[in-house]
This record gives sequence, structure tokens and C-alpha cells, in this order.
Amino acid sequence: MSRLYFTKDHEWLRVDGDVAVCGISDHAQHALGDIVYVELPEAGAKYAQGDQAAVVESAKAASEVYAPAGGEIVEVNGTLVNDPSLVNNAAMTDGWFFKLKLSDAGELGSLMDEAAYDAYVKSL
Amino acid sequence: MSGAEAQKVDVLERTPLYALNLELGGKMVPFAGYEMPVQFPAGIIKEHQHTREHAGLFDISHMGQILVTGVADVLAQLEKLMPGDFQELVPGEVRYSFLLNDEGGTCDDLMVTRPASPDEQNQAYIVVNASCKHGDLARLQRGLPGLKVEMLHDRALLALQGPKAAAALAHFCDAPNALKFMRAGKFNIAQMGECWISRSGYTGEDGFEISVPLATVEKFARLLLTVDGVMMIGLGARDSLRLEAGLSLYGHELTEDITPIEAGLTWAIGKRRRTAGGFVGARKIQAQLADGVQKKRVALRPEGRAVAREQTPILDTEGNTIGIVSSGTFGPSVNGPVALGFVPPAFAKVGTQVQLQIRGKNHPATIVSLPFVPHRYLRS
Repeated sequence: MSRLYFTKDHEWLRVDGDVAVCGISDHAQHALGDIVYVELPEAGAKYAQGDQAAVVESAKAASEVYAPAGGEIVEVNGTLVNDPSLVNNAAMTDGWFFKLKLSDAGELGSLMDEAAYDAYVKSL
Repeated sequence: MSGAEAQKVDVLERTPLYALNLELGGKMVPFAGYEMPVQFPAGIIKEHQHTREHAGLFDISHMGQILVTGVADVLAQLEKLMPGDFQELVPGEVRYSFLLNDEGGTCDDLMVTRPASPDEQNQAYIVVNASCKHGDLARLQRGLPGLKVEMLHDRALLALQGPKAAAALAHFCDAPNALKFMRAGKFNIAQMGECWISRSGYTGEDGFEISVPLATVEKFARLLLTVDGVMMIGLGARDSLRLEAGLSLYGHELTEDITPIEAGLTWAIGKRRRTAGGFVGARKIQAQLADGVQKKRVALRPEGRAVAREQTPILDTEGNTIGIVSSGTFGPSVNGPVALGFVPPAFAKVGTQVQLQIRGKNHPATIVSLPFVPHRYLRS
């Protein structure tokens, strides 16, 4: 049974065991507009929570994507390289960025669940 | 994630289409002192493609419309301030030109129209950039003593661009029949008053710029939007359209430190003017025409999809910094990144391989010829 978390910086991660699939939220893709390029990390790279792990470019500007929790990259979504618009069309599913092997599941405690994130977005 | 550009909102001006832009879902941003729509719900890429395939309507009412009135030789007077060959203009002809500083740097780029009507041959109509308009007005007033130089506060400005622009405008007036590229005239449009129309624009497509009385512009814009194929377009797509067309944007390819020669705009300086001079900045322009330039505007086509934005360093294949990107974006019609930048002439030849340093990584790029997307002006 997977659990979904969000950061205040609009990343999401879906945790299943000690692996988390990460992406940017639907709110984020909508705010960015047309996404034209995604720069992904390399498999094997290690990040602490909050490190810059990827870059997403909209037609207007580049934005950093941070690792929502610490860990090692075990897989990246290569489909985004040729079809970055997938982030616009399916931010929460097929538009995922990378999979992280979590180094400390305790870090998840600092994140929001979906209801809390929805309330956070409404407050912006 | 981060990166949203937070801009301080001072007191911003609004164009007469502000309410319409909001109603259409425009995402308003500060631009040149105005609240302008950067995009509508369709998004920059769809708006861009729509303009290339159908017709885009642009609110460009933030731009300055200046009327110079005075004497029969008003065009000769203007030649003292600008390098355009205005005396060669026929009635109803439009010329792209510049206001230069004493060092040949560019204070603004603009369009000068010689009115078509025999009764108005003592006038010139000038459209200038929003960010420069107050400075331009002062410069023209200073440089043209004895002539009346006024900002037209009672007119708004629309651009209608794209392959269906002519058919759309033909519903309202004869301008599409009467005008070819870089020609202008005045047309009465039912219930809209007198509209000053030129066949020009900044997208590389066929199209028109339409000066409409302030009182009727919203009504006219709404009417144009009812025509099949016409859609409102924001500044985001305006920028990607002009960049693909290889057109310079003031503040990027043209600044007080960049001459038109360096910017690759020598074609806009009339042959007579190059030899005879007699305009502000002429000494530097003539020296550059004779001796060459230190930096030259080039077009860059990066490999891959990473976008080289403004200020991206340009490196040679050995990794030495040789220049800088002045404008860069994703080109929806090219379906890839496109950029303009400045390099020494030795690196400006089409086909030269260079590198672009994006977020610390070097990406290969090639110097290519302009435009990125062929122009489709109606020249004859």
C-alpha cells in the first residue's frame, strides 16, 4: 500500500516500502505552464532532503526540483526527455521524474499528506 | 521546486484592454510599467502555433504612438536623429529605424510611417517600444525644435498576425486589399472610427498593426475575436514568435551599448545615409561600416532540448568564453531551443560549432542563419 506525500515546494512522492516515486504536483505544472525540457539526475546519484535533483523548464523559465527526501536515485523517467509535456498532461502519474531509495523514512514526517497539501495550495 | 519570478508590483499602468485580457483568463505580469497578459489559458505553445497557423490578436497598446507635425520637410528633420532613409519613403510607406546615442548605441528601435494622404505630408507617425517611449518623446522633442512632437494618448494599438489575419481584417475594411508589406493607410471602420493600419508586425507572419481610437478599441477587439480563427495571444508567444523570426528585441539584441551594425541591422540604414552620415551616432556607425565590429549578433541552435536563456555564456569548442546569449527560448515551430547572442566576428560564420554553458554544463550548439522560421510577409 503506497502513501502519497507533498512538499511546500510542490514536489510529490509516493512511497512504497523504501522506494519513493517523485514528481511535481499538478498545481506546480499548471503554474509553470507548457513544460519544454526536464533535466533529470543520474541513477546512482545521492541527495540529501532538499538538495536540487532536477530542473524543469517551462516556455518562460527554468525551475529547480528538490529531492523531497534524502536517498539514492534508482531510476529516472527517460520518457520525459523526448516528451516533457507528459508533466503537463500527467503530473501525478506518467509524468514522474525519478525514483529514490529512501535513506531515512523518518524524513517523511516533515511532509504533507494530500489533504494538507490541498489546503496549503488554497492558502497561497 | 522554485524559480517563480517574484516581481515587485509598483504602480502599474493598464491598457484599455485590461478588462478584456482578464476576462479571457490572461495571466497578468508587470511588463514595461504595464500589467500585461503573458499568456492565456491555452498556453504559450498553443498561442504561438495558433498565430503561425491561423491569426493571433495582440494587445500592444503599451507601445508609444508619437505624431510629429510641422513642416513639409519633416522627414528630412527626422533624418538628423535617425539613420533611416526617410526621404526615400513614398506616401504610405513604413520604415524600421532607430534612435541612437552619440556612440552609435541604440536608444530604441521603432517604425516611422510617412502618411499616405496628400494633406498630411507635414507629419510622421512613429511607433516606439513601451519601455523607451517617455525617453523617446523627450529625445524627439529636444532634437526637433519648432516641430510639434506629441504622444497620442487617445489611441490604442492592436496587432493581428498570421496567415488568416488578412481574411479576418477584410470583414471590416479594405486594408488587406490596399496594403502590402510595410505600407500603411487610414481606414474608417464602421462604429470604430478612423483606424491607422499598417501591414507589418513582429512575428514573421503576414499581418497588421492597427491603431484604434481609445474609445472603441475594446469593442473592436471583441469583434475581431468573434471572427473564425482569431485568438488573443499573450506576450510569451509574442516573444517566441519574434525570436523564431530572428527579430531583435529592445533590451536584448539592442541596447545603449549595442549598435545596429553589431546587431546585424545594417540593412535598415539607407545607402545614402551610410555615406552621407548626418545623424546622431553617425561617426561610430560609419567607422564600424569601414573597419568592422568587435562583436556580432548570431543565431544559435543548441543541440538537445535544454533552453539557453538570456545571459548564458557562449564558449568556443575549447571552453573559452567568447560571448553571451541575449535572448533564448523554446521555439514551438522549430520544436527545440533557439537563441540569439553576441560573439566576435571570427565565430560568427554560419556552421561554426560553439558551446553553451547552461547550469554549469556545456551543451553543443551551432551558429545558424536567420530566420529560424521563414518569414511570410506579403511583399507584392
